[in-house]
Amino acid sequence: MENLSPHFPALIIIVPLIAALLTSAAGWLNRRLCFHFAALGLFTSLLVSTGLLASVLDKDVILYRLGGWPAPWGILYRIDRLNGLVLVVIFFIAFLNLIANKRTVEESFPEQLGGFYALYVLFVTGLSGMVATGDAFNLYVLLEISSLTGYALIGIGHERAPLAGLNYLFMGTIGASLYLLGIGFLYLMTGSLNMTDIASLLPGFYGSPVMVLAFLLCMTGLFIKMALFPLHAWLPNAYSFSPSASIGVIAPLTTKVMIYVMIRMTFDVFTPDFSFKMMHLGEVMVWLAVAAIIMGSLFALAQTRLKRMLTYVIIAEVGYMVGGFWLGNRMAVTGAVLHILNDAVMTLCIFLAAGAVVYQICGDDFEDLKGLFRKMPISMAAFTVAALSLIGVPPTCGFFSKWYLISGGIAAGHYGFVVALLFSSLVNAVLFFRIIEIGYFEPFSEGEGGHGVHHGPPAMEIREAPAGMLACLLLAAVSLIVLGIYTGDIVTRIIDLAIPPAI
Amino acid sequence: MGVELFSDIASKYNYLGVVILMMIGLYAMIAKNNLVKKIIGMNIFQTAIILFYVSTAAKRGATIPIIRHGHNGHGHEVIHAAEYINPLPHVLMLTAIVVSVATLGVALALAVKVYHQYGTLEEDEIRGQLRNK
Amino acid sequence: MRIIGLLIVIAFGSLLRYGVFFFPEWGDPASPPSLHVSPHYIEEAIAETAVPNLVTAVLADYRGYDTMFETTVIFAAGLACFMLLRVLQRQVPECRLYRHIPTGITLRIEKGGKLPTESGSFERIDSNWVPHDLIIKSTSRFITPFLQIFALYVIAHGHHSPGGGFQGGVILGAAVIMYAISYDLRRSIQRIGEQATAVLGSAGVLIYAGTGALCMVLGAAFLDYGALAGLLGVDPVMARSHGMLIVEIGVGIAVSAVMVWIYYNLSSAGRHDEGL
Repeated sequence: MENLSPHFPALIIIVPLIAALLTSAAGWLNRRLCFHFAALGLFTSLLVSTGLLASVLDKDVILYRLGGWPAPWGILYRIDRLNGLVLVVIFFIAFLNLIANKRTVEESFPEQLGGFYALYVLFVTGLSGMVATGDAFNLYVLLEISSLTGYALIGIGHERAPLAGLNYLFMGTIGASLYLLGIGFLYLMTGSLNMTDIASLLPGFYGSPVMVLAFLLCMTGLFIKMALFPLHAWLPNAYSFSPSASIGVIAPLTTKVMIYVMIRMTFDVFTPDFSFKMMHLGEVMVWLAVAAIIMGSLFALAQTRLKRMLTYVIIAEVGYMVGGFWLGNRMAVTGAVLHILNDAVMTLCIFLAAGAVVYQICGDDFEDLKGLFRKMPISMAAFTVAALSLIGVPPTCGFFSKWYLISGGIAAGHYGFVVALLFSSLVNAVLFFRIIEIGYFEPFSEGEGGHGVHHGPPAMEIREAPAGMLACLLLAAVSLIVLGIYTGDIVTRIIDLAIPPAI
Repeated sequence: MGVELFSDIASKYNYLGVVILMMIGLYAMIAKNNLVKKIIGMNIFQTAIILFYVSTAAKRGATIPIIRHGHNGHGHEVIHAAEYINPLPHVLMLTAIVVSVATLGVALALAVKVYHQYGTLEEDEIRGQLRNK
Repeated sequence: MRIIGLLIVIAFGSLLRYGVFFFPEWGDPASPPSLHVSPHYIEEAIAETAVPNLVTAVLADYRGYDTMFETTVIFAAGLACFMLLRVLQRQVPECRLYRHIPTGITLRIEKGGKLPTESGSFERIDSNWVPHDLIIKSTSRFITPFLQIFALYVIAHGHHSPGGGFQGGVILGAAVIMYAISYDLRRSIQRIGEQATAVLGSAGVLIYAGTGALCMVLGAAFLDYGALAGLLGVDPVMARSHGMLIVEIGVGIAVSAVMVWIYYNLSSAGRHDEGL
């Protein structure tokens, strides 16, 4: 352990990569091993990333030279407090969701276990690599790994999933290509691909229109990938038709990691000076975010199916983080970063709960949810905790990040953003209390002749979700409250120090 | 202005070609109705970016980046950077080509699945079927 | 949609066109990409890695980590096609078609029926079959070994001439695909099965990642091939060259296997029964 610790930055990526390869091979040789390889790989990475976060708290920044080559020539990994934290969140969510969905995966893909788990672990590998890397082009390669596996994880669902997956592929490829083109412009002007190196060369090109274009291209690419409002069209279909096991990891992580990458690009590549002071984009971006929040909330109100409604909540949440970030004052940026963390765990918890419900009743129409509190009390309790957090009720963590965001909005004098946040909280309250009301007060639909057409099992059989799923669900719900309680520590020990002093 | 524009075109016509190619691909992706045509458009778009990168590697008066007499042992002669073109964009584009091939494979697999499900690859017909359901 | 598309394309295109005004001239030896990072590669690569082909040196060593994930991308695409398309339940085909080889007469056997396997003078053909073509089959049979040797040459000679794992791997895969096209999918699967392609695909990437991990175990950074010097019995610079060869072989294996795997799944829509 002692002599491996300098290699931690590489290990967090390499261990899951090798685990994915072994998983895939095991799918052909001994199918029972697949799950163990995948779980072991992700768990090791979770431990390693926790160790990494612990050491980065004293050391500030950890650099790792891949291949032993120094910075602008080789590829450098750069772990600081912020991405150390994001890495822990990624592996925590991926591992929890993997354990929770063990049974659904075994039932949906009995013959293709190796393939599914390998795709799953590769997806997580790609995301964590994107977060850890310090090389702009390496980020593109890892982005494509997580995207390609993501398309497949979505396309294997039923109903409209293949079509939704194909549309996601088109949008995703445009997004990634625009990012690649942006990096190309940067390369053409600076001749470098290393993030720190580009940032140090950049002041010489501040006035150049090519830099502005490069910035716009990179950002547009990332906006498509994170489904910011006018570019969100791919998300609802892609997310609502995919299998629970894949959506449980894709929904919490994809958009959040893309937002982290946006933060990384603006801070570490384009430097805060250029991104905030010279581009004059802040105002536009915040209004876009306001539109995203309001439209996401309104669309969510119009849905009658649980998973689909949640996808629109995700779109609104993206608006929170983008808006908070582009407000550009310390309070709001802290809120945005904190919300990445909180929202990832909230989304995991709510999708796990929805997954448990869908698994038990084989449907997610609001009609199907009647009387569920009596049949599945524990799952619905966890659902309620996640819902409270999404609404922003203390002591759940959702309250604290929203508090920072709103204070930031007030500090910046941007009342449009504040109003949008409050409006969205109100809408979330309406949305979730409607579901809780259906689940709690309305009698279970058995014996009613009104809508007898259920494709699920008969009402008598519905009971609590399997133990493994429940345990993970409860852990996620508890961590929402724990995150809320330790908000102060996270902000003062990690986030405050991670945001550059220029803001 | 006119002369400037002309000399600009004359010295950077490669980038203009890239922009045109990229726009052809993008237009196909947005406006075409057939899914396979969209996939082709996507490929054109990616290829344009590959050409852009490879253009940045060019150096007048330089040759391909394989060191002459390199295999007869090293250190015999001094190598000047100006004699060989920049190898880095070629390396990057090897990666991008592989990525675009991989994306093409997945896109075609999804298209095959869509075709089996709806019996057509025309987007408006698929949308019509979904509405009628 | 067309008008929207046209508007987007015109707006975006003119934005890019505007950007081009400020680009350095094409082929300008004083442009930043030619001056900043790349001169180090050109001037030092041969002293640091003993590989004259700079593209290979940068690909497999300086930016070897990118290349490992590049191989992973291909592997992920193979996995994705397998997960999306593969139908593992065996369906009994409507009918089977057989050709009597000496006479060329076609037999059609209805649902479920099969010719006994020992009847060696019959061969099964696809339902959308084309007439037996001696020229195509003999030519592909004749070309295949040369193609395979050329592929191995391209992989092995990547240090000194244009080539390397990806190019060679694709040629190797193409040789198998050509066989599958000119004969039929079943015969190709009999020779190189699906399991073999899938396992070889992951084994190829594993060779790459494993080499990197071995360097790590030996105390250097991940993928720092210099650490292999002791194992290979050469000096650290030569060890880099050999390390690159090892990973290029891994890449070649992975790429060729995955290309074949993707072809199997795409051409038969995952049924692995009748191909193109």
